[in-house]
Amino acid sequence: MTAITVRPVRRPAGGTAAGLGVAVLYLSLIVLIPLAAVVWRSADQGPGYFWRSVTTPDAWAALTLTIGASALVALINLVMGTAIAWVLVRDRFPGRAVLDTIIDLPFALPTIVAGLVLLALYGPQSPLGINLAYSRAGVVLALMFVTLPFVVRTVQPVLLELDTEMEQAAASLGAGPFQIFRRVILPNLIPAMLSGTALAFTRAIAEFGSTVLISGNLPFKTQVAAVNIFGQIESDNTTGAAAISTVLLAVALVALITLDALQRWGSRRG
Amino acid sequence: MAIEIRDVNKSFGTTPVLRDVSLDVAAGSLTALLGPSGGGKSTLLRVIAGLERPDTGTVRISGVDATRLSPQRRNVGFVFQHYAAFKHLTVFRNVAFGLEIRKRPKAEIRKRVMELLELVHLEKLADRYPSQLSGGQRQRMALARALAVEPQVLLLDEPFGALDAQVRKELRAWLRRLHDEVHVTTVFVTHDQEEAIEVADTIVVLAGGEVVQTGSPVEVYDNPANPFVMRFLGPVTELGGSLVRPHDIEISQDPVEGGSPAVVSRVVRLGFEARVEVEIDGREAWVQVTREQADRLGLEPGDTVHVRPLPGARSLALAV
Repeated sequence: MTAITVRPVRRPAGGTAAGLGVAVLYLSLIVLIPLAAVVWRSADQGPGYFWRSVTTPDAWAALTLTIGASALVALINLVMGTAIAWVLVRDRFPGRAVLDTIIDLPFALPTIVAGLVLLALYGPQSPLGINLAYSRAGVVLALMFVTLPFVVRTVQPVLLELDTEMEQAAASLGAGPFQIFRRVILPNLIPAMLSGTALAFTRAIAEFGSTVLISGNLPFKTQVAAVNIFGQIESDNTTGAAAISTVLLAVALVALITLDALQRWGSRRG
Repeated sequence: MAIEIRDVNKSFGTTPVLRDVSLDVAAGSLTALLGPSGGGKSTLLRVIAGLERPDTGTVRISGVDATRLSPQRRNVGFVFQHYAAFKHLTVFRNVAFGLEIRKRPKAEIRKRVMELLELVHLEKLADRYPSQLSGGQRQRMALARALAVEPQVLLLDEPFGALDAQVRKELRAWLRRLHDEVHVTTVFVTHDQEEAIEVADTIVVLAGGEVVQTGSPVEVYDNPANPFVMRFLGPVTELGGSLVRPHDIEISQDPVEGGSPAVVSRVVRLGFEARVEVEIDGREAWVQVTREQADRLGLEPGDTVHVRPLPGARSLALAV
């Protein structure tokens, strides 16, 4: 004599299910399957081979340079990107609209063109007398150029939406300009700043086109990981290339997850 | 005087928003700045808070010339229409903000904040974030936050404007009670004459950037300075070329001295009162009567009646 209660289960409607199917299929074909293939390929000849491929002196140098330079560039972006976004939103000056458009140029420009421009400006024939060609500083400069828009473009909309009455309230409660910035503005911007930084970092560790000309690709000195991978493939070491790619993939994933976790922690409070 | 404003002028671009405004606010009073939107009342409040600088004129707070003081140094509490809650801080930290800025000891802050949260009935929600509160709760939090620093004056800019009618009514009554407990000089901006009459002990009517009239709610309602104030503070109708309150009109079936004949065009019952629409010499007017009066007179559309202002009723002659 047990009463059976039938609970209506909410199923996605037909349209939703189809949409979900298409999205998953698309994501799988474009992103997940290729990535899985790279990881699978890297393990082709066992973990020992994987480890040896990653730790050959040139591969290791390329990886540490890439990750180090990318981290540095991400930090510079965190500060400068926020500052640029601030100027674009809060200041009124002639040419603001033009500047706002120029910010996107590094996205629009083919990266190899960016490399060419940087080489012309900061190369051996630099009209400014600054020669960064074939140096690590050149690599950092190229990465700074291509990742400039990320933090600007994530912080800008948040800053636009930020309630300026919050700042006025803080002022009437006695907070000075610095205290208002630190206690009211910054906490509201941090999630956007972090997500822009994460995007800049992950973009930088995979950068190829803009660095290839200015760095000169000197192994142990200025060769970045992407160029190293390209070299491995040219010399028919596909498994080695896949192994280095897998490391980059893992680093990017860890960076994204960490910053996402930081953001969730932040938004839980907001 | 808690606040003395003298000859304040303020323009935004070429548009003047305040013209020669002078105003005294008595210590411990609860004053409403009442007027239509665009009348300059919010700007005047922001000038008192230091959030706007007057072009000319002076503002003194508690006897000190505050005209050139920054908002930080005026020690006024300001409550915004849209709460301006610190979204990233809990209710407790929002209220504690001003005290933390003043570097008060932790124990003292805790004690004061909890007292204030009890005063605004939010003590159980101290650990919530503003996004988890209703509009009314957010505004009470904003009020506690403004009161935390023991301001010399409390300024509220359309504090209930963003809330729905029911909550607005509750908060009005509550603000009145709170003021009776706390006694801080309070100025609030509203465009709702009912709110001003119900809550304030002094009403300042502002229109076109000028102070049109100042007085107690009864004075302003019963003795409006001009037709504008009379219209703004309550219902009016025209009778014999004058502006009269519709509840100040006597209606009878027999001719009366000083009365004019009128034809009833419509009788509308609105709960406890009835609105009798009449036509006098081709001009429309209306009379507010109690339901009981309407029943007694048994008015029907088409009836001829006689109307005249009640003895002692305030009326304002209109320019023809």
